[in-house]
Amino acid sequence: MNISSILFYAISAFILGAGILAVTSVKIFRAAIWLLFSLVGIAALYFWMQVEFIAAIQIVVYVGGIVVLIIFSIFLTQNSGKEMKSTPNGKKIFSALAALFGTAFIHNLIVHYDGFAFNSAEPFNPSVDEIGTQMLSTTSHGFILPFEVVSMLLLAAMIGCIVIAMRPAQSNSETTT
Amino acid sequence: MQEIPLTQILFVSTALFFIGMYGLFTRRNLITMLMSIELMLNSVNINFVAFNKYLFPNNLDGLFFTLFIITIAAAEAAVAIAIIINLYRSHNSIDVDDATEMKY
Repeated sequence: MNISSILFYAISAFILGAGILAVTSVKIFRAAIWLLFSLVGIAALYFWMQVEFIAAIQIVVYVGGIVVLIIFSIFLTQNSGKEMKSTPNGKKIFSALAALFGTAFIHNLIVHYDGFAFNSAEPFNPSVDEIGTQMLSTTSHGFILPFEVVSMLLLAAMIGCIVIAMRPAQSNSETTT
Repeated sequence: MQEIPLTQILFVSTALFFIGMYGLFTRRNLITMLMSIELMLNSVNINFVAFNKYLFPNNLDGLFFTLFIITIAAAEAAVAIAIIINLYRSHNSIDVDDATEMKY
């Protein structure tokens, strides 16, 4: 049990605890804050796995973007201090049983699967230099095509959001002229 | 670093995925359901990075999948919140029980 394992268990407990509180908290604003802590914990797990670029992206996009967007929409749509309508207990018990069964099933599968071909001979080099070169290269390991497709997707999502959230024009505006 | 086997990271991501599934089943509010979906997407990202690091360290495909999933999740969250705000304007509520026009 060295310091790295202790760090891993601490980060995992933090992620799972914050995640459980995020889905069970009765106040919606507190749920959003617990989600924020869970996402920060996942970024810490990426730092622990030494993929610093993904961790930075996680913090910038999720913590700085999506959670802030969710908090804004909570403020826009409802009273954030109010308690939410609670679900019936039977449904809660059924859902908890389904989740526990799923966790146990996958846990069992992972424990009894020993076909992982570990490859620790070659170095793992996730530097920003390497990621950037590979993302924009057109060779067989390049990712230029998904990169361009994702840029079109972001443009489409942006225009779609503006069109959906736009207040509809007054219907009698042209008749009054 | 190597003392933690891959399976323990997989346990963490499995548990996180089913926590998100529990939230999706029990919540009735659209914003909290969206939050549960974000948790499930994040558990998948942990899996991609862990498999890439432990099994295929010579190429970076898992990292790129993670990057693209994060991008698409951001676009999905933005569109979902636009739809939720529009629903709130027309129904004055974002409970799934109140939006039943397209049921049956």
